[in-house]
Amino acid sequence: MIFVIWGVIFVIGIWLISTYNGLTALRLRIQNAWRQIDVQLKRRYDLIPNLVETVKGYMQHEQDTLQKVIEARSQAMASKGAKQAAEAENMLNQSLGKIFLLMENYPDLKANKNVLDLQEELTTTENQITFARQYYNDLVTQYNTKQQVFPSNMLAGFFGFKPSELFEAAEAEKAVPRVNLSLSR
Amino acid sequence: MAIFILFFLFIGTTIDYLYFDAFTAAGPTFPIATIFSLSFATLTTLTAYYGGGEIILSSLGAEKLNLRIPEHRELHNIVTEMALASGSAMPRVYVIFDPAPNALATGSNEKNAAICVTTGLLTLLDREETQGVVAHEVSHIRNEDILLMTLVSILLGGIAILADWGRRGFYSSRSGRQLSKKNPLVFIPLLILIALSPLIARLLAMAVSRQREYLADAGAAQYTRNPRGLAHALEKIRDASMPFHKATRGTAHLFFVNPLRRRVNDRDGRLAGLLASHPPIARRIALLYRMAGLPQSAVQRSRVQMVQ
Repeated sequence: MIFVIWGVIFVIGIWLISTYNGLTALRLRIQNAWRQIDVQLKRRYDLIPNLVETVKGYMQHEQDTLQKVIEARSQAMASKGAKQAAEAENMLNQSLGKIFLLMENYPDLKANKNVLDLQEELTTTENQITFARQYYNDLVTQYNTKQQVFPSNMLAGFFGFKPSELFEAAEAEKAVPRVNLSLSR
Repeated sequence: MAIFILFFLFIGTTIDYLYFDAFTAAGPTFPIATIFSLSFATLTTLTAYYGGGEIILSSLGAEKLNLRIPEHRELHNIVTEMALASGSAMPRVYVIFDPAPNALATGSNEKNAAICVTTGLLTLLDREETQGVVAHEVSHIRNEDILLMTLVSILLGGIAILADWGRRGFYSSRSGRQLSKKNPLVFIPLLILIALSPLIARLLAMAVSRQREYLADAGAAQYTRNPRGLAHALEKIRDASMPFHKATRGTAHLFFVNPLRRRVNDRDGRLAGLLASHPPIARRIALLYRMAGLPQSAVQRSRVQMVQ
């Protein structure tokens, strides 16, 4: 009888330790994933002025659009918190998409190697941001699910684990079809 | 991995029992063949673990990327994207200068994994499709298939050698006399098993490989959230139909699509299904399209969760 009691205590102890460690590991991975997104965003902020400088000479009639991109960039850089950042990013995406669409009208631009290189850089940075966010959201979903399902919810409540915030795409972005940034080969 | 070492252990003890009278008073004090085959298995496993990736890459003539070439840089970027999407470390990237469109992942664990793509694949596929293929390979790395597959290609050779050894012993007169003293009901099935072990090992490896391909396709869909890219890539590669000459039967299961392209692979029959290293392309494409369309697939579920 005493062995059974010890056995039960042992099993519960193992479960406590592994669940607690699992939750903590997930929380740290979420923090890391969030920083990864920041790294990519920073790289994009650095690339945008380069692109604008390069295409400025060719696109004399689109100065307004170019100006909008620059403004959206500074707004996105200044934004705080997940919600506000998402809105500013959305603006930036739209204005960048517009530039890439307009570039289709300038055959000289499509032949310029610098522009092509920059375009590939921006495309991959955009994708990296998307995928880094996707990974972040996958982790957060896993973390939040673990905190809410039985029996790990008891432990999460006792040790004060808080659900993390998902990065949500803006409603407008969902409705707009995705713009393919790469030029057709 | 454990299955393969157990397999070796089994062959070794069987040979001991049949030819050396081990486990009886008259036999030698050590089960020689068991120890021999176990150490052989350990050695090959260690080789595969520490150098398998390099052996395979150099045997295929893989080269490092040249980041000045736009196509190579694009490939490098795509691999970076997929590493981010799967939350794994950036693998090393190689190309093989060959017109046959194909790709493979190798190495022993996530930290020293390598992805290798042929130049034929880069010219044939657009960005979205290449992304699907790279996601498939990254998913092999994440699922820890690469160690398994590298081990399989090295162990397949090892089992064939051992079984050959066991079979040859049967014909020598000394062991023939020893055999006659044993119960025929025990040793005849054992002998048949030894004779068939290369085939069994092969079937086992192929079965594992086929299941892993489906799993990696599903993983690719999860990472890109775009099963159509991979499906289109498979369609294009199927239509290009070109054998990859540097691949051998020992390395065929490492690749994205079967590089040998024996006709047996394209049929969906039961026998063809048992012998093929890859599932039929048509079935892979159909499954991917189903992921893109039907709401009950795993991909769709994870997307719904994210939006909520």
